[in-house]
Amino acid sequence: MSSTFETVSKIISETCDIPLEKITSESHAIDDLGIDSLDFLDIAFAIDKAFGIKLPLEKWTQEVNEGKAKTEDYFVLGALCGKIDELVAAKGA
Amino acid sequence: MRLEYFQMITRVVSFDAQARTLTAAADVPAESPVFEGHFPGYPLLPGVLMIEAMAQASGWLILGLNGLTAMPFLVGTNSTKMRDFVQPSTPLVVHAEMIGDGSGYAVTKAFITREGKKVAEAEIKFAVKTFPDPKFASMIREWGERLQFPFEKLETA
Repeated sequence: MSSTFETVSKIISETCDIPLEKITSESHAIDDLGIDSLDFLDIAFAIDKAFGIKLPLEKWTQEVNEGKAKTEDYFVLGALCGKIDELVAAKGA
Repeated sequence: MRLEYFQMITRVVSFDAQARTLTAAADVPAESPVFEGHFPGYPLLPGVLMIEAMAQASGWLILGLNGLTAMPFLVGTNSTKMRDFVQPSTPLVVHAEMIGDGSGYAVTKAFITREGKKVAEAEIKFAVKTFPDPKFASMIREWGERLQFPFEKLETA
């Protein structure tokens, strides 16, 4: 079974034509990988489907815009995968 | 249809919030400046306008499901196919089904039929953004009224 990071990095690679080897758990989706907001919707759709969850993208964006969180809290892949694991665990609880 | 105004839906025929589907009539006009260029002496409904018709039917489906609170914007299509040519004066039926939605996005599967036969199909992706202000919400509602959208079936959950 693939790890969360393996699944997410594969989704990002296929959705945005980014070589898999350039994607690490430290990569920032926006700053390092250059993924724009519309591309991220495609990624969110694929992640939601793969993990059976709903990423709260609008809530995260609002928190960043209001200064309550930093983009790296959600959009650095290691952190993103952590959030995905939390959502998956919450679903099964 | 008012092709030159990019208004592709003539009226909403049905909306089912439980099944997450919508059907709309899209009557291709007998005449339009669009046909003068596409093509002179051989008028055909452009394929991109068939995609737009499917996007607009899907858009009304998404609006219905979100209770007229957030606007869908076309951001992509997959598996798009034009299966036949469509001439002026053709009544079309556009079908849309929600196949995925999440925070700020929605995905539909849509197709167009002429006399029951499929002439186009696509999977369509949308970014969904909260209405900018109440004035915009009123405009959308008035537009929906013109299209006979069944507001009594709105999903407001």
